[in-house]
Amino acid sequence: MSPVLWALVALPVTCGALLLAGGRTLDRWAPAAAVAVAIASLGLAVTAAVRHPAVEAPLLDGLPVRLGVDGLSGVLVVTVTAVTLAVLLFSTAEFAADEARARFFGLMLLFAGSMLVTVTATTLPTLLMGWEVMGATSWALIGYWWREPVRTAAAQTAFLVTRTADLGLYLAAGAALAAAPGPLSLDTLDDTGEPWLSFVTAGILLAAFGKSAQLPFSFWLSRAMQGPSPVSALLHSATMVVAGAYLLLRTGALLDASGWGADTAAWVGAATAVALGLVAVAQSDLKQLLAASTCAQIGFMVLAAGVGASTGGALQLMAHAAAKSLLFMVAGAWLTSWGTQRLTELRGVARFRRSVGVICTVGALSLAGLPPLSLWAAKDVLLAGALEDGGGLYAVGLGAAVLSAVYSVKILWYVWRPMPAGAVERRRRMPASGVEQRHPIPASAVHQRHPVPTSAVEQRRPIPAGAVPPLALLALACAALTPLAFPPVRDTLTDYLGQGPEPEPHAGEFAVSGLVALVAAALAWAWPWGGRTLVPPWTRRLCREWLRLERAAHVLIVSPALGLARAAAAFDDRVLDRAVNASGVGALVLARWTNRFVEGAVDGAVEGLATATRRLGRWARRPQTGQLHQYLAQAVAAFSVIAVVLVLVR
Amino acid sequence: MLTALVFAPTAVAVLLLALPGRTPVQAVRALWVATAAAELGLVIAVWAGYETGGGIQYEVRARWIPNAGVGYHVGVDGLSLPLLALTCVLFLACAVYALRDRHRFREFAALFLFLQTTCLGLFVSLDLILFFVFFDLSIVAMYFVIAGWGHGDAKRAALKFFLYTFIGSLALLLGFIGLYLAASPHTFDIVDLTRQNPLAGRGTYAGLVLLAIGLGLAVKTPTVPFHTWLPPAHTEAPAAGSAILAGVLLKMGTYGFLRIAMPLLPDAWRRYALVLVVIGVVSVLYGALVALAQTDFKRMVAYTSVNHMGYIVLAVGAAAATTDTSAQARSLAVTGSVTQMVSHGLITGALFLLAGVLHDRARSYDMGAYGGLAAPAPVFAALTGVAAFASLGLPGFSGFIAEFQIFTGALGPRPLATALSVLGILLTAGLFLRALRQLLMGPVRLPDTPGTPRAFTDLRAHESAAVVPLLALAVVLGVAPRFLLDVIEPASRTVLELLAR
Repeated sequence: MSPVLWALVALPVTCGALLLAGGRTLDRWAPAAAVAVAIASLGLAVTAAVRHPAVEAPLLDGLPVRLGVDGLSGVLVVTVTAVTLAVLLFSTAEFAADEARARFFGLMLLFAGSMLVTVTATTLPTLLMGWEVMGATSWALIGYWWREPVRTAAAQTAFLVTRTADLGLYLAAGAALAAAPGPLSLDTLDDTGEPWLSFVTAGILLAAFGKSAQLPFSFWLSRAMQGPSPVSALLHSATMVVAGAYLLLRTGALLDASGWGADTAAWVGAATAVALGLVAVAQSDLKQLLAASTCAQIGFMVLAAGVGASTGGALQLMAHAAAKSLLFMVAGAWLTSWGTQRLTELRGVARFRRSVGVICTVGALSLAGLPPLSLWAAKDVLLAGALEDGGGLYAVGLGAAVLSAVYSVKILWYVWRPMPAGAVERRRRMPASGVEQRHPIPASAVHQRHPVPTSAVEQRRPIPAGAVPPLALLALACAALTPLAFPPVRDTLTDYLGQGPEPEPHAGEFAVSGLVALVAAALAWAWPWGGRTLVPPWTRRLCREWLRLERAAHVLIVSPALGLARAAAAFDDRVLDRAVNASGVGALVLARWTNRFVEGAVDGAVEGLATATRRLGRWARRPQTGQLHQYLAQAVAAFSVIAVVLVLVR
Repeated sequence: MLTALVFAPTAVAVLLLALPGRTPVQAVRALWVATAAAELGLVIAVWAGYETGGGIQYEVRARWIPNAGVGYHVGVDGLSLPLLALTCVLFLACAVYALRDRHRFREFAALFLFLQTTCLGLFVSLDLILFFVFFDLSIVAMYFVIAGWGHGDAKRAALKFFLYTFIGSLALLLGFIGLYLAASPHTFDIVDLTRQNPLAGRGTYAGLVLLAIGLGLAVKTPTVPFHTWLPPAHTEAPAAGSAILAGVLLKMGTYGFLRIAMPLLPDAWRRYALVLVVIGVVSVLYGALVALAQTDFKRMVAYTSVNHMGYIVLAVGAAAATTDTSAQARSLAVTGSVTQMVSHGLITGALFLLAGVLHDRARSYDMGAYGGLAAPAPVFAALTGVAAFASLGLPGFSGFIAEFQIFTGALGPRPLATALSVLGILLTAGLFLRALRQLLMGPVRLPDTPGTPRAFTDLRAHESAAVVPLLALAVVLGVAPRFLLDVIEPASRTVLELLAR
């Protein structure tokens, strides 16, 4: 049993590390090797999902590495490896031959391996290890084109934000260990006693919200769009960002036990689904729109975890992975062939390569929640859980579903509307569209610059034929996943997940949400996008700038931290170090003072003694004249004195 | 065996100095590298023969100054063996790194060999006076390394380093004498003193002795506020000197806490542990914050050492809390602190050697003057990136193993302090990412100082050969740490038992 699971995590990690170590000498072989590894991983993942293996190896004192595949992990490992394979196939066709392919494919494999560790970990330390390595590889992938400062800055923001949230896992591990010794198994975290239980819950929630770009951390995902599109397709749609939602689904018992964790998760998820849905509607850049919609869709999964709808959450996760990685790859394909990801400049692109256009439409309609595609059905399964929890959450969820329909159709509206005559020429003459230039965002430079890799712009070329099949497979998945949401397959899935009975949606709910989505989509299709709107400009601006979350983080956290750092450095140099130097100087001054005064006095005393002795000696020499009569006289005088003394003393 | 391990480098140093002046520099290089390699081989042999959990082994006890209760007493246990191995690895890396140096090479090699003796000697000492002698001799040797081969304002930095740590060592000596006088019969022997626990129940006296010892070790570690000798010493020292200073010499302070302060003064340690926790947290946060504000790469790395040593102080302080903490948590904290010593030695050693490459190529550590080095020097960039991520505690590297143990072990007994110090890994992440972005990425930029060559050549073979093994070891420890932890864990349990008396 166990070799399968070890191989599943070790294969991508080892091959990725080898590709990275080999560097540019392996560029030629990297794509083929990576695809081969991805195929093998998918096979291993399916095997693991069927057999449910578990392995263990000692790591720390009483804290072993434990990996295991159960129902939820099984769903995740298959999803992760399948999307990885699709994305790598696409990248093989799409990535220019002169790029550092070994680095790219090596990092992608390393990422996939750490994601697999994360979703198969059954103890908190193991999960944390995969979790953090994921963040680091995402840094390297977002900053893949490292010559461009705007991209490396984005990578830095993404890593620092997610690491801030990761601190929650460190704290959760410490708190769980403080409460009870043990291997810190994820499924026994709910046995933790208070007050540590709340500590653990808070840490887990923090980490999950950060990784899944929920409020208030969402802005890092906007910056992360600076990475290559295949990276967004893998990390920022289907895998890394859903890790937070996965963690919450996995620790559902803990959230329930804490008494407040489940509600917090549900409401934060719902709020993100609505707020980032609005942000997505306001975007005029395709990748930015997709990023915001990712936050919103993951909001549904977090909501599902909060209301205990595991099946719905898992369905949403799979369906969203298929739709969103497809859309990101289409966006990337258009970016390389058209040199832009601005919606206004992408008008009519779907008409040029109909196959890609149709594939994109399937993905977008699934994202819109239109029947009979999979996200529609998945959403209803998880909203059934929300309905049981209370009407409020259900209503918010439906509202977010309306927004999904609107922003998805917005994409389709642009890419299918015929291009106005002469637009191509005009676009070539004007480097950037005026609307976005008028509202620059200093903090996040995203909207100001052309986030287009120079190599891609120069090489404008048609979408390679090899890039289409993986997209078609994902589009197929968007439709093929739908039956999973209906009995009897859904009941099998619920059994497989093993999380116990769950609220089931009625047929009416499916109909209502499908109808709502249809109406919203139809209205959105009829809406004259790009024209005047009823919404006040400041609201639009706020939404377009991602609720100014990044600026808030800068004002509230980054700037004070840097200021504190400068103050500490100044204190170090001007006070502490100067005090040390001053004490050295003080010692020297004391030495000089001692030298001048004390030493002078002591030496003077010694000198004085010597002088006095010398003078005494000189006096003592005076009687020694060498003349006999004087000696006689001295003797007489001396004897007289002695005689007088004797007489007086007696 | 241990005696040979300790004194062989000095014997070779004497030999080197006795060689005729015409000896080709290649012979000196070969001899140095061979000696360092042989030392590493010896320490591996010691490790192979070491029985895990067997207490002090390879013990040698000889009369030295019996009238004063001083003996030549050496041995290794799970606390010292990892540090012995670290010392040999780092000295070999430095010998390889310095292969192309020419400036007064023979003296440099001899000095390093002597320095190796003092470092190894300190870690095997089981007598306070022996410990003190090696402690002071290491300061002397490092003074000459910085003053003789440093750059910039090296003389002043060396003098500051020497005086500051020397004063610290005097405080240490005072504490040792305090212990000696309290024991009956009077002795400086660590094992005997541990057994006697002479200061049990003597409140103020024990407190004063702990203060003296703690002060001496805190200067050497260094903890805030006794750290200001560190940045100038590192910035002006030659690369190999910095690597040894950070990698080995700083560990003498933290090792002293575990070897001397905790087992010999358990009562006082438990009573004043909170002070150590506070100093630890302040060192963690203050070190990271000041490092964040630096523009000089080497100075920044030096301040991260203050931060990393702070975790150790936090851990040994938190481990003193005996009530309502599980034995597992405390053991994790102490094991984590020893792991951190090894890990920091490897990673920071590598970082300082890489910083030396910057100075060698362009005579500057100013991060603002560089940019885009990944283009001309991809290997340098890759290794610097790996070292930075290792240093910020990424899982898969030894730093994570160390810091995770410290955090999980210390959170139970000291929740607030640990929660605050966890912020340290965020700050180090920020400062390392900023440094990487500035140095390695973006358009290529090189300092414009006169006399520097325009091109920035990538790592040469001997430089890679010095740095790569250090980082590879950090990865091995990060992925499969059991071989190290198996040695440390019994020793840390012993320390905790002694502390709980």
